[in-house]
Amino acid sequence: MGKQIVVIGAGVAGMEAAGQLAKFGYEVSLIEKEKSSGGHINNWYKLFPDRRNSSEVKEYLDSVISGKGIKMIAGTTIEKVTRGKNHFLLDTAGGEQLTADAVVIATGFDLFKSSRKEEYGYGIYDNVITSADLEDMFRKGSIKKADGSTPGKFGLVHCVGSRDEKVGNLYCSKLCCVTAVKQAIEIREHLSDSKVFCFYMDMRMGGAYYEELYREAQEVWGVNFIRGKVSEASESINKKLIVKVEDTLAGRPLKMELDMLVLMAGMEMSEGGKQISQMAGLNTGENRFFLPADHHFGSNKSNIKGIFYAGTCTAPMNITETISHARGAVSDVIDYLNNGVS
Amino acid sequence: MKLEGKKAVWSEYQKEIADDNYFYVRSCIRQNFFPGSEVAFLKIMKEELKKDVYEHPCHTTCSGIGYHADVVPVDTAMTVVARQFAMMTEAGYKNYVPSCITSFGLYTEILETWHHFPEVEAKVREYLRKATGREFEKPQNLAHASDVIFKFRKEIAAKAKFKLINKNTGAPLKVVDHIGCHYAKMFPSKGVGGAEYPYVLAGMIEEWGGEVIDYPERRHCCGFGFRQYLVQANRGFSIACSKEKFESMKPFKPDMIITNCPGCPMFLDRWQYVINEMEGKKYGQNNEGIPVFTYEEVAGLVLGYDPWDLGLQMHQTDCEPVLDKMGIEYDPEMKHSLKSGLGNSRIKNLITI
Repeated sequence: MGKQIVVIGAGVAGMEAAGQLAKFGYEVSLIEKEKSSGGHINNWYKLFPDRRNSSEVKEYLDSVISGKGIKMIAGTTIEKVTRGKNHFLLDTAGGEQLTADAVVIATGFDLFKSSRKEEYGYGIYDNVITSADLEDMFRKGSIKKADGSTPGKFGLVHCVGSRDEKVGNLYCSKLCCVTAVKQAIEIREHLSDSKVFCFYMDMRMGGAYYEELYREAQEVWGVNFIRGKVSEASESINKKLIVKVEDTLAGRPLKMELDMLVLMAGMEMSEGGKQISQMAGLNTGENRFFLPADHHFGSNKSNIKGIFYAGTCTAPMNITETISHARGAVSDVIDYLNNGVS
Repeated sequence: MKLEGKKAVWSEYQKEIADDNYFYVRSCIRQNFFPGSEVAFLKIMKEELKKDVYEHPCHTTCSGIGYHADVVPVDTAMTVVARQFAMMTEAGYKNYVPSCITSFGLYTEILETWHHFPEVEAKVREYLRKATGREFEKPQNLAHASDVIFKFRKEIAAKAKFKLINKNTGAPLKVVDHIGCHYAKMFPSKGVGGAEYPYVLAGMIEEWGGEVIDYPERRHCCGFGFRQYLVQANRGFSIACSKEKFESMKPFKPDMIITNCPGCPMFLDRWQYVINEMEGKKYGQNNEGIPVFTYEEVAGLVLGYDPWDLGLQMHQTDCEPVLDKMGIEYDPEMKHSLKSGLGNSRIKNLITI
């Protein structure tokens, strides 16, 4: 019988890690709390920077885990982790007990709950939505206000729940800026008469071809970028949203009437990840994500021998980085199982 | 607007408010602005709710108005506050209830400062000891007087003689709730409902039959803002702030405004008169102003108190439209008279002159 590995979380990182481990002949159990695999990518429309349809990535990941050696256990969670001398016992909520020679944590991230930024009125004003809600509208091919009418003027708020001491998240979620740029272009594609305003602190376009996308948004699609934070949103008698912003380049406050306000929700450590960290005694950082053993040489390694990390359970990452990180985890798992290095 | 969204926020901001035995401290300015309000609070607490409320004859200003106007240093403000706490301690009370929102904000700020910087508290204790020989305990419970009325809003509703309902139409009165900036904007967790969607006045309005209006500039300053008004050169900005609010709330056709701060009712009330003088503009219905009330005045009206006993004749924007809608009977002849009836003709003569 070959070595057994449990991968917790069947999102992008978990699927990639499970697929690669199976290729090397390991027996992999892939645990997913939802009823199907894919994680957040199931909810996305198109991906930056090349605007590829997210379903293409999902199709790739499905093919990765379709080979031999992977047992998918969906719709359950891990309730208990017990450490043996050279193995782990993992009890699922479904009553199954799994034995693992190594464990890969790929519990991903949760989107920041935008209602915590009370001043933006998410959950209170009808036409305040999140970036995830807008992706859903894109996927359905219908961008409508709550009353069914077509919105004309959009505001996109960057850094919602990121770089924000008030909500306890000092870190940058890294992908919200480029998501806003991508969504601004997509709004203009869907609604050619629309006007889009992005409210940002800094434009952090650090990935390959992100800056080019940012230029395209301005030059081709006429998206307006205003450097300043939205301080509050409210609703007028005719159900228009009124936002107050400080335009820090113009050096003056701004009040604007909008049809729709889209909040670029940041990334936070997932609830599932928090539970695993507590039950297994895994270290977490000040940002509450899992803390890797070493940021430079051991970003896939944990403080427990035999447990490894893959993907956004350690920090915000895009899909490219997540897949690379998952492959790094596979490399470390193989090194550990063959050479005892952890 | 989704009410359930607001309820979710309100549920996050609950605060402990003592049941009884309050040490009450008055505001510096409210007795001049709206003299019936604090009297009404004491009457409601003592006579209606049978609560123990104690006022120390020697308490002073908290000095918050000077602190926020940059004329009283923070060490002085803290020592004055320490003296107030000493009087509470000497009187055997533990639940501190200020009438003023700025006082509430200052007490909260000082207690938080002392919590995080105990060496500052020790220094202030030493100042107080040297200056007065007094010692003090910190309050076990700090609640603004509007928190206390909020706590007993259902009991007041149970005794209500009038509701915030238009007796002619049966519709709830549309009410703007305006919260003083120092209530929760500095420390959201210390206010009922938090800072963004405060519930302290909204809860009273709901319980007494009214409908709360959510208008775009509801968070905006009333126009007092200390330096906006205390510095004479800034008074144009003060009235501009109030005007911004009136313009924003007007489309919602409010019947009345309720406030919980000393300055807010003053400025929202007086500036309506001034704007009308300057521009001939009124913001209420039927070419009237929007009557502005303190929460104690509204509680008093709900309980059936005489409008003139509540001091409503001191308002510059007439309150009668609301009294008429609620079905409250009043004697117009007594509006500017003493209880004995004297003074009526004298006032009339003054008006004639």
